[in-house]
Amino acid sequence: MTYRLEYFALLKEQRGLGSETVATEARTPAQLYSFLKAEHGFRLEQDSLKVAVNEEFADWETELRDGDLIVFIPPVAGG
Amino acid sequence: MSFAISETPIDPQSLKNSMENGSSGACVTFEGWTRNQNEGKTVRLLEYSAYKPLAEKEGARILQEALDRFEIEKAVCVHRVGTLEIGDIAVWVGASSAHRGPAFEACRYIIDETKTRVPIWKKEHYQNGDSGWINAEASADSGRIIS
Repeated sequence: MTYRLEYFALLKEQRGLGSETVATEARTPAQLYSFLKAEHGFRLEQDSLKVAVNEEFADWETELRDGDLIVFIPPVAGG
Repeated sequence: MSFAISETPIDPQSLKNSMENGSSGACVTFEGWTRNQNEGKTVRLLEYSAYKPLAEKEGARILQEALDRFEIEKAVCVHRVGTLEIGDIAVWVGASSAHRGPAFEACRYIIDETKTRVPIWKKEHYQNGDSGWINAEASADSGRIIS
């Protein structure tokens, strides 16, 4: 499966880019984050993040579809 | 009702004018300003970023919740992104109602929910050259594997 990813804030800095396309066996956001964390050494644990699929908050166990846009959301700090 | 992410400076007067409404007897507004201090460190500049499509959706949901919970007539919130200097307005909230009580409550609700739910991030740049993403660095450090 191929997914589109956008990165923000701390994850964007750690990845060194704002977006990419990734081909992986991962089928859920949880599996995908686990794969990326191992690949890039992300320091944020899954439980401190939220995830959005196709511009809406999603469950970590949602079944992903080919071409989905996934954004992992680091702890927010508006205001 | 509108929630917006703005790349340009917030103009509080024009936002306040947009709240005007003949039937409201009260308008409570809140301005969040960037501060020169945080946890003992001198802040030089702040950088805000947002995941705009989702930030505007979640922000609109918060404003709708405020309209449903409190007897207000209008609710507006604008959050700035980009590089901000000390004293700039980072966020502006306005709520209008027939009487003051609901406007105060709604304004408080909107800013509190915005800070915890909307995908907006803040990076502080300190006088000593350090910088850090607020709320995220501590989580990252606690999860660091020391090998």
